[in-house]
Amino acid sequence: MTLYCELSEISASSEQRREGFLHESGSRVDKYRSKAIYLRANVRAFLGQIHPLSGDVMFGLVPASIAAGLPSSSAALLALGAPSLAHLSLLDIAVIAIYFVMVIWIGFYLKSKANTSEEFFMAGREMTAWIAGLSFVSANLGSLELMGWAGSAYQYGILAAHWYWIGAIPAMLFLGMVMMPFYYVCKTHSVPGYLKLRYGQGSSTVAAVSFAFMTVLMSGVNMFAMAEVMKIVLGWDLNFSIIVSSLAVAAYVALGGLRSAIFNEVLQFVLIWGGALLVPILGLIETGGWTGFKARLAHNIATGATPGGDYTHMWRSMGHFADNPMGIHWTGIVFGLGFAISFGYWTTDFLVVQRVLAANSLRSARLAPVIGSFFKMAVPFIVILPGLLGLVVLQNSDGSLMHLVGENVVAAHPGAGLHSYNEVLPLMMVRYLGPGLLGLGITALIAGFMSGMAGNVSAFTAIFTYDIYQPHIVKHARDEHYVLVGRIVTIVGVVISIGAAYLVMNAAGIMDYVQALFSFFISPLLGVVLLGMFWKRATRAGGFYGLLMGTLTSIGLWAWVYFYPSALRYVALSPDAKGMAENMYRALWSVTTAVGVNVIVSLFTKPRSLSELAGVVYGATPLPTEEPVPLYKNEWFWTAIAIIIFLALNIYFW
Amino acid sequence: MHTSGISIWFFIGVMLTIYGAMILGYGLYELSLPQMAVANFHASIWWGAVLLAAGVFYGVRFRPGHAE
Repeated sequence: MTLYCELSEISASSEQRREGFLHESGSRVDKYRSKAIYLRANVRAFLGQIHPLSGDVMFGLVPASIAAGLPSSSAALLALGAPSLAHLSLLDIAVIAIYFVMVIWIGFYLKSKANTSEEFFMAGREMTAWIAGLSFVSANLGSLELMGWAGSAYQYGILAAHWYWIGAIPAMLFLGMVMMPFYYVCKTHSVPGYLKLRYGQGSSTVAAVSFAFMTVLMSGVNMFAMAEVMKIVLGWDLNFSIIVSSLAVAAYVALGGLRSAIFNEVLQFVLIWGGALLVPILGLIETGGWTGFKARLAHNIATGATPGGDYTHMWRSMGHFADNPMGIHWTGIVFGLGFAISFGYWTTDFLVVQRVLAANSLRSARLAPVIGSFFKMAVPFIVILPGLLGLVVLQNSDGSLMHLVGENVVAAHPGAGLHSYNEVLPLMMVRYLGPGLLGLGITALIAGFMSGMAGNVSAFTAIFTYDIYQPHIVKHARDEHYVLVGRIVTIVGVVISIGAAYLVMNAAGIMDYVQALFSFFISPLLGVVLLGMFWKRATRAGGFYGLLMGTLTSIGLWAWVYFYPSALRYVALSPDAKGMAENMYRALWSVTTAVGVNVIVSLFTKPRSLSELAGVVYGATPLPTEEPVPLYKNEWFWTAIAIIIFLALNIYFW
Repeated sequence: MHTSGISIWFFIGVMLTIYGAMILGYGLYELSLPQMAVANFHASIWWGAVLLAAGVFYGVRFRPGHAE
């Protein structure tokens, strides 16, 4: 196979290094690296300091003119001569430019379809199951996630796939089949809106303010991280990436509202697959398929070329914390990741739930997460597999196996030509993709950033307008007023995100705290929503204090381990536990506290009457009966298929 | 999603058609390069063709004014 970039040649002569290397196909690759790549968001995620699932990404960025053949002055203006992994050809630039034209075109086209608040904030509730389902998954499929988990797969093996399977699928199916009827029947506009109906304004406002604040802050943090990725991979200037990507997202979301965000998320979903799918396909061809890959990996381990470990099984090493490199026990994976974190994110984070609420019928709303679950199960093919393949196909200039290292090692050895785990996906793209295809791959990364950012901005806009502005600032205004507020808040949200990005740029340590903050609110919210949905006795005071104490528990445990690292053995139940295990068990204790406090306080306070709970609680909500449909359109049928595939994957890779 | 006029699938069809044509075209051009005569899998050609075929399908199937 002819590779478009022989990474084995990444240490050429100094002259070549300066000039960049022109390969036979025309793809240019710089031969050196002098600066560490700081994918801080995901690095911290891997270290267990942030919500692993909130690595969904939120940026966009834009083409820079670093292409070979462009006037050097233009390139210098934008790229500032930063060294990079790859340079783009004119064809690649054209591919990226076309993407931006499409995105803005869609925004302008949909402007006339976002005149009422229902249209602007809820996309008119007209989405089909497929559109809502793809958007549901796409809002979570960010570039930092793609690159970060590919790097995690290189480092830890197929264990990383837990975050896509048990860390997502049960929760997505539960949302669709069990929780969605309540969200949908009560016609709420948001998750805090549901809390208002169930527990009253207090809990709703707490959830809305914390979510709105954290959403724009996280958007900024990830925007900065994305800009750094693009600087390292393509040499793009940080300011250029941040400003242009923000403007594009602000334009199409402010113009077309949620409908525009969803349209673009579906477009971006197709692009991500179209741009990234080729890498594992060509990688498998080169290694001789999965069997060939395992044979080469086994040979590398036997000869000491690759560190020993079980890279291809998911559960065998989960018997004890010390048996796997992540330092996790299966109870942490099943109950912490599979329940507390996963259910918290997929069923109560408004960023993703908003997409399903926009469905055109209850059946579509229930089918959307089910459809999304199939694609979620497939994502490891374009994320985890390239990371694994990198273990055997990436080579140094002398033909020896390339060893990727941690960020700290790269930072400690500037100029040594080292690459971090997080660079494995772009390295694989550069290795396999030629002109045009490389542009498509880069466009996939850009699309991932933009879909995540648009998701955050549209969710922030809806939460602020419906759950903060309307109940507390201007209660009774014309519908047009709220649409105008929504458009303005979209711009304001993007501006705050940009400010947060520059804040992080000048004080990078803040990033860790911001991401930890985000994780504090999700799990306790799950405890409160679940109890409110399925226990009629839960009261307003129970919900409020459950949410408060669950959040305080999460913050307290985090601070305990932060200031006294030895406390990890108590939080995660083992002295052999590592950071990621702490994240899982902290979420579990947080949910447990939220539920426990909610139950105790509710038993001592006066419950609401059954009539007040109609539409929001199981047992008090008559669910609408839907017309019978053929089996292939039935949501229960597809849920059963998804469960079978989920179980089969876990058994096959046991 | 047709209630808004142009379907999202039409936009996707247009984009994939353009990308497919560009990448397929480059792949064919690559064949004429002497250094590319060595064996490879010509990913630009077949992946470009896949994108082009998918783009044409969606572009035609969901073209404006055409009932789904």
